[in-house]
Amino acid sequence: MHWRIAPQIQARRMIDRKPLYLMTPALAWLTAFMVVPCLMILALAFFQRGIYGGIDYTFTLENIALVFDPLYANIFLKSAFIAGLSATIAVVIGYAAAFAIAAAPANRQAMLLFFAVLPFWSNYLVRTYAWIVMLNREGLIAGAAQWLGYDGELPKMLYTETAVVIGLVYNYLPFVILACYAPLSRLNPEIAEASRDLGGNGWTTFRRVILPMTVPGIATGFVFVFVLSIGNFVTPALLGGGQFQMIGNLVYAQFLTANDWPFGAALSMFLIAIMMGLLTLQTYASERASGAGREE
Amino acid sequence: MIKDFTLRGVAVTAGLAVSAGMLSAETLVVSNWDGYMAPDAIDAFNKATDNEAELVLHGTNEEIMGKLIASKGKGYDVVFVSSPFAEALNNLGLAETLDHSKIPNIKNLYPEAMELSHDTGNTFSIPYAWGTTGLCYRSDLVEGTPDSWMDLLAPSDDLKGKTTMLATDRWLLGAAMLAKGYSVNTTDDAELAAVRDQLIETKGTLLAYDDTTFYAKLVSGEAEMVHAWDGWCNYGIAENADIKYTIPKEGSDLWADTMVILKNSEHKDAAYAFVNFILAPENHGWAAENILYKVPNKPAMETLSEEFIAQFPNMGMAPDELMAFEQLRDVGESQRAYSRIVSEIKASN
Repeated sequence: MHWRIAPQIQARRMIDRKPLYLMTPALAWLTAFMVVPCLMILALAFFQRGIYGGIDYTFTLENIALVFDPLYANIFLKSAFIAGLSATIAVVIGYAAAFAIAAAPANRQAMLLFFAVLPFWSNYLVRTYAWIVMLNREGLIAGAAQWLGYDGELPKMLYTETAVVIGLVYNYLPFVILACYAPLSRLNPEIAEASRDLGGNGWTTFRRVILPMTVPGIATGFVFVFVLSIGNFVTPALLGGGQFQMIGNLVYAQFLTANDWPFGAALSMFLIAIMMGLLTLQTYASERASGAGREE
Repeated sequence: MIKDFTLRGVAVTAGLAVSAGMLSAETLVVSNWDGYMAPDAIDAFNKATDNEAELVLHGTNEEIMGKLIASKGKGYDVVFVSSPFAEALNNLGLAETLDHSKIPNIKNLYPEAMELSHDTGNTFSIPYAWGTTGLCYRSDLVEGTPDSWMDLLAPSDDLKGKTTMLATDRWLLGAAMLAKGYSVNTTDDAELAAVRDQLIETKGTLLAYDDTTFYAKLVSGEAEMVHAWDGWCNYGIAENADIKYTIPKEGSDLWADTMVILKNSEHKDAAYAFVNFILAPENHGWAAENILYKVPNKPAMETLSEEFIAQFPNMGMAPDELMAFEQLRDVGESQRAYSRIVSEIKASN
């Protein structure tokens, strides 16, 4: 047993010895541009909105209470639903793609991964507008349907909840592919072979062996898509035609049209809290999973 | 948009952290929307008056208000804002009380432009552009001539899914307020509830809420009738002569964008000179000719050709026609109720 623990202790000592000053620039950057602004937003949530916008520095819990108002709580739930749906679809598609890439000949995997992340090199807005071009009533899909001889009225595709989910899944899919590819590519093929030798068919091998071993990748991919989606405001604004208000849009509106910074701050604090909670859970889960893997 | 938002976030943070003096103290700082005056206006002003002015841009009224409130107006000399925000700046004590003797070109303004309800006598703001909000539609696709806000709020079957409404709180609510004969500044709970119910009902018939690309949707045929500002409808008309603008029989709001000099400006003489420079017909007229907004400048409007007015009929609206409409005013505490109603509408199914 001791030979297994020893390298870990060794590693810990090495980290301790690493000069702290190497981390100073990163810490200073994070403190100045993330911690301080976040604390300011947090503080803002406890003040009142000035009559003409701005902040009236009188303490109040009203903004926090307002977050739990059924109207806004429902927008939170709705956002969580859309984010959860997008994350689920992205995981199903992304896992399959990652599985296919990991199963491809080794010399082609890099190229396939490259194609999977290629869209990331273009601007998020451009990618989102591309969907507008495709989905709108006078767009590519409608045009193609007409060309194929369909002359009825197509259902409304753009400016719907479905369009928002499509946009989110499309934009964040590469995260899932990368997150799932990592554990899949590291899987020792002999493990699957062993399962087959022991009588497991393909499906059983996948379900009982491969899938459990790649859960950390799935969890990472899911949480990434969920967290990025729940706070997104660009996609619902563009593909939802402003008809779906997600929590990101609500925060955006408080700061940029309603001039209600304190309420916007209260909403963003809750959003950040949800995201941090999920990321912590995911870290904990993947640590436990990899820890459990080592013990086996 | 994301980048924009991040930058704005940083700007907001900086505005909160540093109370004043972010911008150079040496030069006159003018803040305006992008493309809202001639690209060479600042250079021309500098050359003509031997000043050094600098243009900074704001995307929305709220953005510049946030900065002005955080800095108590320091760091800016002249800002372009819509009238309710000019009113708020005055109420906050940030707007300079104007000395008209330093703005001789104020004589170019229509007499009506001195009577705007947010600032009668132009004591703290000078109107830069004004206009109406109405219906912009494809006369070749829409049957008949729309003449009521209800044509938009409860569209006929063939128009369902082919209309858009403005997304900004005041105008979105304004359409239903006008339809019901209420003031566009109503703060009455029962009236606001009726407005909300109407707009929730309307939501199901819309293609989208759209503040920025509605005229393009008309041009492409994706939408056939949209809720629009007259100036923006003109952009559609410029591309397709079948696009028409009409003000429903229940009326419109009268919107006005204004120039405000900040009380804390350290370059007041230069600031007055700038406002005066803009009011010269050749400078003020640029907005009418190039961005198709009505300006309240009599000699500037008189230079517009008949063909131009024929192409863009709403550019020919007389000041007294405009003055018949109620102006949007700052609603103070009720803004939160307005925002809430908009959230209720957008959260409804």
